[in-house]
Amino acid sequence: MKRGQARGGEAEGRGVPGPGAPEACKRVRRAGAEEDGPVDWRLLPEEILLIIFQYLPLLDRAWASRVCRGWNDTFHTPQLWRCFEFELNQPASSYLKATHPDLIKQIITRHSNHLQYVSFKVDSSTESAEAACDILSQLVNCSLKTLGLISTARPSFMELPKSHFISALTVVFVNSKSLSSLKIDDTPVDDPSLKVLVANNSDTLKLLKMSSCPHVSPAGILCVADQCHGLRELALNYHLLSDELLLALSSERHVHLEHLRIDVVSETPGQTFHSIKKSSWDAMVRHSPQFNLVMYYFLYENEFGPFFRDEVPVTHLYFGRSVSKEVLGRVGLTCPRLVELVVCANGLRPLDEELIRIAERCKHLSAIGLGECEVSCSAFVEFVKMCGKRLSQLSIMEEVLMPDNQYGLDDIHWEVSKHLGRVWFPDMMPTW
Amino acid sequence: MVVNSVHWFRKGLRLHDNPALQEALNGADTVRCVYILDPWFAGSAIVGVNRWRFLLESLEDLDTSLRKLNSRLFVVRGQPTDVFPRVFKEWNVTRLTFEYDSEPYGKERDAAIIKMAHEYGVETVVRNTHTLYSPDRIIEMNNHSPPLTFKRFQAIVNRLELPRKPLPTVTQEQMDRCRTQISDNHDERYGVPSLEELGFKSQGDRTHVWKGGETESMERLNKHLDRKAWVANFERPRITAQTLFASPTGLSPYLRFGCLSCRVFYYNLRDLYIKLRRRSSPPLSLFGQLLWREFFYTAGTNNPNFDRMEGNPICVQIPWDHNPEALAKWAEGRTGFPWIDAIMTQLRQEGWIHHLARHAVACFLTRGDLWISWESGMKVFEELLLDADWSVNAGSWMWLSCSAFFQQFFHCYCPVGFGRRTDPTGEYIRRYIPKLKDYPNRYIYEPWNAPESVQKAANCIVGVDYPKPMVNHAESSRLNIERMKQVYQQLSHYRGLSLLASVPTIQEEAEPPMSDDSQASSSTAGQGSTPPPSTPPNSEPSSPTAAAPGTHIQRKRGLPSELTSKQKTKVKHANQAKGVEQIIDEKQ
Repeated sequence: MKRGQARGGEAEGRGVPGPGAPEACKRVRRAGAEEDGPVDWRLLPEEILLIIFQYLPLLDRAWASRVCRGWNDTFHTPQLWRCFEFELNQPASSYLKATHPDLIKQIITRHSNHLQYVSFKVDSSTESAEAACDILSQLVNCSLKTLGLISTARPSFMELPKSHFISALTVVFVNSKSLSSLKIDDTPVDDPSLKVLVANNSDTLKLLKMSSCPHVSPAGILCVADQCHGLRELALNYHLLSDELLLALSSERHVHLEHLRIDVVSETPGQTFHSIKKSSWDAMVRHSPQFNLVMYYFLYENEFGPFFRDEVPVTHLYFGRSVSKEVLGRVGLTCPRLVELVVCANGLRPLDEELIRIAERCKHLSAIGLGECEVSCSAFVEFVKMCGKRLSQLSIMEEVLMPDNQYGLDDIHWEVSKHLGRVWFPDMMPTW
Repeated sequence: MVVNSVHWFRKGLRLHDNPALQEALNGADTVRCVYILDPWFAGSAIVGVNRWRFLLESLEDLDTSLRKLNSRLFVVRGQPTDVFPRVFKEWNVTRLTFEYDSEPYGKERDAAIIKMAHEYGVETVVRNTHTLYSPDRIIEMNNHSPPLTFKRFQAIVNRLELPRKPLPTVTQEQMDRCRTQISDNHDERYGVPSLEELGFKSQGDRTHVWKGGETESMERLNKHLDRKAWVANFERPRITAQTLFASPTGLSPYLRFGCLSCRVFYYNLRDLYIKLRRRSSPPLSLFGQLLWREFFYTAGTNNPNFDRMEGNPICVQIPWDHNPEALAKWAEGRTGFPWIDAIMTQLRQEGWIHHLARHAVACFLTRGDLWISWESGMKVFEELLLDADWSVNAGSWMWLSCSAFFQQFFHCYCPVGFGRRTDPTGEYIRRYIPKLKDYPNRYIYEPWNAPESVQKAANCIVGVDYPKPMVNHAESSRLNIERMKQVYQQLSHYRGLSLLASVPTIQEEAEPPMSDDSQASSSTAGQGSTPPPSTPPNSEPSSPTAAAPGTHIQRKRGLPSELTSKQKTKVKHANQAKGVEQIIDEKQ
């Protein structure tokens, strides 16, 4: 503001573009004002200013804070510092901009005790992961409710010395004591640090995402399930899953589980996987009848031996690599709760029977995606007819559909649209 | 009044179906056909030797054809802005004709030339023949916004009348009416340069798979049609190893340079279909290749930032990794995955790869394995691929990397499995990576898994004679699907569990296209952020001395678009998925 005195002293502009205030000042009339004088923005109540600031992105807010001391004070209101996402990127490894180091310093000095919902987005460089740990170690006065460590490209947290990472993380675990949501996928977290987590946050922990944390053992995660009875959402890799874990999650003292996400990843070709007893799954379903089981498979075709032999309560199933016709046939027989099926690739034998069986037996199926597969047009139409309008997502690559004597490629979409009750086309890829 | 015409060849390197050239000849006393080329630029631009060779061959072919008509091609060295004032004076030019270029950079350049021509009192005539339809017309029919899905695009094209019929080729008679003065030192001053003159030491593809020029393109067209007729089948062919090799009937580079008119191709296909099938009208799918090309030209015509992520309103902002070393391995065919390496080798050697091969390598570079920006891949293709031009290349890369056009990202092409399913015998690998030719079929797609005895017997040890695989595909694809999901869920505010529903759908598909009705509100979803067209919707921008159109024109590189503010680059979607929940907190 160029005109008038700012509250408490000189204006802090150094050629800073205020939000158009000087011109607007002269034109705005206060409702019910008797005199035709310009409005004094100093008199804007702080609550209103706070609401306005909440709509502004951080950068604009920061500019606004330099207008005058009053606005600067509002800028630093604790309420505005509850959520923060630290973006840590190096120019050499990312196209994204990073949170300014000065801003980071300011947050740590003035606002660390206001922070409640925090996430770190790091790129693939080790420096970014180190910077994240650095900040974490300083959050001593923090009582975080949410913490997310997110790698946007290669998982750089894994490249840090394990002890360095663990000590930074445990600062938060120990000081927060009210962690409700924790996302630490692709990090070197280990069993002892999980114990620390549990020791301090067992009453509050509701969500834990730790896919691909290779230093954690089944015992480590079992400890979490045993102590954190409020846990509602859990994501982990298959090697951590055990019958004991499922039983712990279904114990009487445990709340209903909402969502369990399991990644089944092959480290070496020909790897063998343990099986989970049907009784353990049954216990889960009895305890939490509404829970969603999301399973992502990244296996070679010949590694599916132990899977889909008995009924499994999976709701969302993704095959990230080629999966055999035979396994897809077993899916139809063993997954009555299936809601979404996504198949990246299968091969060159038609999946007609398998799809029909899935339509018959998976009565809750509402989403299906097929990539590099083959289905004859008639079987596909049959499938859609049987599922009917419950199919809200139908994403089929154009190459999947094989024309036969009943339907060609040019008319199949009308048939399918008819049965779906909306206009539908297969997904296309450029043929240029 | 004496009429001295100059026809300016840029693309459209042909004498058939060339209305602009016909206009140059129409009632003219003299005519000169020019191509403007800056040899210095040749050295500095990222254009590989195969593309230059193809271009030079096309120019030679034009020159030869013009010779038969008692004329010549004038290859003028320099930049258009310098060349035209010079030749306008020297040749007393009164009329300048050229084919319309719909790309933003082209429009800007042409606007400047038209303005300059006006100042010199030169009439300009422009004709739209590089695409089947006028991109502006399609945009107009789609509520003043380019269609963002191919389905929508097809729906609009379905409502259009057929493309304008192609014109026949220039005749001797037409040329006789206008003289071309050829000087004795024409070859010296205006001859087609050689590769050496442009600074290339090598000759590029010695096997000469793709020969440039209109003559070659017509021969290929005939072979292409013959083959279709022989097969009597217009359906999608089964993919085999043969499909991957360069086909003697392949036409894409000729369409890109305009050696073959897209309308000639269109009508030939159409007529053949009607004759063989005895049906009245062929389905749109018959013209698949042509329509994809058309789609991307339309999508890019008003978007100067179409070829980059930042500042591009239709491109999803994805946190790609910056990794020059990994990029080099991919570009040079040293990834350790024979399928990928063979494809990149064929690309570098010959300048063309099948579209499935393009999907495979594009997926590998971006969302499949390396998580490197599509812009980097686009630049490599720009250098090496004969049929890559600005719109189609950028558009395809955005499509294949799931950065635009509302693509599902779940289907990942496995660098081992996809290749093996396409060509089980490994013939393609053996041809382009001879080092691996003695590997048995079982291991040729994944040599690192072969036991030592097999590697030794094949005389090719992984890690010594052939690189180890640069990534673990299972791990990379797992990571990357998470990344894509993160990006898309943030975009669509989708917090549910469905992988498919993470990608927002867009309203435009459900609604019929409006030609002039103002029910724009229902179709603003997903389209609000594209800039309105800068030129008034003209179906044929043929007006002579109109002033430089529009205010939206920006340089190809340099000045940032008006839309660089972070908020505007986020694509706005109306989320159709059921059960959308707003983010609770997490971000301020």
